[in-house]
Amino acid sequence: MSTTETRDLARPAPAKAAPAKPRRGLRGSPTFNFWLFTGPFLIGLAIFVYAPILWSLWLSFFEARFTVTPDKFVGFENYTYMLTNDDFVGSLGTFTAFAAFIVPTTWALSLSLALLVNRLRFMRAFFRSVFFLPTACSYVAASLIWKMSIFSGVRFGMMNTVLGWFGVENIAWLADPNPPWYWLVIVTARLWLQSGFYMILFLAALQNIPGELYEAAAIDGAKPGWQTFRYITLPQLRATSTAVILLLLIAAYQAFDEFYNLLSKTTWGRPPLVELYYKALGESQDYGSGSAGAVILTVLICAVTLLQGKFMGFGRGEDSK
Amino acid sequence: MSNSNWSRRSLFRAAAGMAAAGTLAACGGNNGRGGGSGSGVGLTQYFHAYGEQGTEQAIKKYAKAYDKANVTTQWITSADFESKLFATLLTKNAPDLFEFHPQIQLIRSGQVADLTDIITPVKDDFNPADIKSHTVDGKIYGVRMIDDPQFFFYRKSMLEKAKVDVPTTLDELAEAAAKLATGKVKGLYMGNDLHNVIDTMIWSAGADHLTEKNEIAYHTPGVIEGLKKMRKLFTSGDLLLGAPTESWDPSSLNQGLCAIQFCGMWAMPGIQAALGDDWGVFPFPKTIDSGKQSVYNGGWSMFVNAKGENVEAAKEYVKWLWIDQKKYQEEWATNFGFHIPPRTSLAQTATKLKSGNAAEGVRLFNEFGHFDNIGWTQAMRTALEDVFANSVRKDMDPEAALDKADTAVDRELKKLFG
Repeated sequence: MSTTETRDLARPAPAKAAPAKPRRGLRGSPTFNFWLFTGPFLIGLAIFVYAPILWSLWLSFFEARFTVTPDKFVGFENYTYMLTNDDFVGSLGTFTAFAAFIVPTTWALSLSLALLVNRLRFMRAFFRSVFFLPTACSYVAASLIWKMSIFSGVRFGMMNTVLGWFGVENIAWLADPNPPWYWLVIVTARLWLQSGFYMILFLAALQNIPGELYEAAAIDGAKPGWQTFRYITLPQLRATSTAVILLLLIAAYQAFDEFYNLLSKTTWGRPPLVELYYKALGESQDYGSGSAGAVILTVLICAVTLLQGKFMGFGRGEDSK
Repeated sequence: MSNSNWSRRSLFRAAAGMAAAGTLAACGGNNGRGGGSGSGVGLTQYFHAYGEQGTEQAIKKYAKAYDKANVTTQWITSADFESKLFATLLTKNAPDLFEFHPQIQLIRSGQVADLTDIITPVKDDFNPADIKSHTVDGKIYGVRMIDDPQFFFYRKSMLEKAKVDVPTTLDELAEAAAKLATGKVKGLYMGNDLHNVIDTMIWSAGADHLTEKNEIAYHTPGVIEGLKKMRKLFTSGDLLLGAPTESWDPSSLNQGLCAIQFCGMWAMPGIQAALGDDWGVFPFPKTIDSGKQSVYNGGWSMFVNAKGENVEAAKEYVKWLWIDQKKYQEEWATNFGFHIPPRTSLAQTATKLKSGNAAEGVRLFNEFGHFDNIGWTQAMRTALEDVFANSVRKDMDPEAALDKADTAVDRELKKLFG
């Protein structure tokens, strides 16, 4: 007898239906409830996300200097300008270098923190909070602390004070691009700000791994430590890792605050959003070129994300594992 | 039961009423208007945050004293001022009046109102160079509030101790910086990005930004030589880099982080308070032998938003404060930081500017000063800032860096002047 048949046979008689209460207007309507709950968000989404995107797309085909209601159509001129602009194209190179370092580093650090915190037997909540708290800090505030306190170029900057104990001369961390110490400042700031958030994602994933897997592995002779991590923990974290890498990559594309605040008025270390800000928006007020750059960037982010998702198997069903 | 039901409904109605009231209140929004003491129309003015103590209170005091409109002031962090101003000018929340520098794109895009009618009666009492720098096609578009000469400040005792004379050439400045640099004190500070000395370096090389016909005038052999000298200075190790405050703030000189600092005349009272009489001023030295020392005559002007709802009321306020109220103008120019009043009658009677280093600052202003060119826009400024970033700070060939700037500036010139 199959389970299905058993279920069929065992199906209980339907309970006596409770007498239906009279509906009070629309309150009983699922459709009404759907719109009641989603409506405000959809309206917000339309006004604050989709409308600006469409407006930006429209602006990108116009000569829009010092106005967002232009009337001079220029076709693809703004796109040509942005794609042939050394600085904009160069900013994509800056992003690539930044992403190539920050994505794996943040992944590794947040996973390490999660493993560490997950094993703690005492003060677990305290350490989770300590590592997570920087997530609540503003990027601008963190940048200013990094710039003016920790990596200040004068003798009373924290890093220069420490280096001074070993007889090292003051370093202008952010003012001089040779050698490019500014990367150290930017990367440490972002690691501090982001790792706690991704640690929480990994922590949740770690706690979802069934303990039986480790018990079975132990019975089969697997050594605790690297061996179980390599063959059980890491594969079980695959979906979370993929999502984390995807989020990190998108966050790297959208990097602005710390670059803008740490490296104001430089021509180096400009990721695409900072470049767009300087070249087309900000003080230049060239909304046409800025919008064209934003559209190019959006298309690029979508393409890379889809490719990465496909490559890493994001969203692939259980059966295809 | 019924009571409870009634209570829930009442609560719901009250909440709905409050939400509606809140929504209506939000429609009024925080547009910065209202709150002044005057009656009638409400005006909003934007000011960048001046560093000198008492400036914000002074501007608000003047606004409060005006009884024909409610004038509200937004005091905006210096670094964000330009971005916020330009972005807001495109919206309905744009200020009715704002301070800025004369730039032609504001006029071409119809963002600033013609103020010729309120200035003409007193035109002859203004510094002619200030009037010229605000004039396009015979119309005057802004009222100068203050003139801000910018030059080098130095510690007399440090130069004497190192046996260094006040430099008159860029080479001498580099030599002085080397001699003045000790373990804890750097010889020279020109800002972390050096952008504040771009204009003076160009003028001291005998060049200019644009010609009378609005063509590029900065791309000369003298400027290229100057850029090479600046690169040498930047890599010498004698320059203060990574200071906590930018060069508009005299803290680096006052705290003994450097012996010479580029700054503006506004800093004089603060420096006097910190260093007593142990300081002096000198203009940006000659970049090349055939050049001439120079001083940047910066400053701030008041403009009226031509697209605002209260253009006439804003013009009346500008006339009242920056043309009629000479007492306030003198107080604004000399009671906090030192600035030169653009009104000749005020500049001649301002007693605080008649002696010591202040008088020397006025002399440098008159003898070596260069004023803003209204055709030199923000985008063009950025192009030259990139030249400094690329060739002085990053070791790009100055010729190539200037070529790149030419492309950007030409694009701007073409759009503005055809």
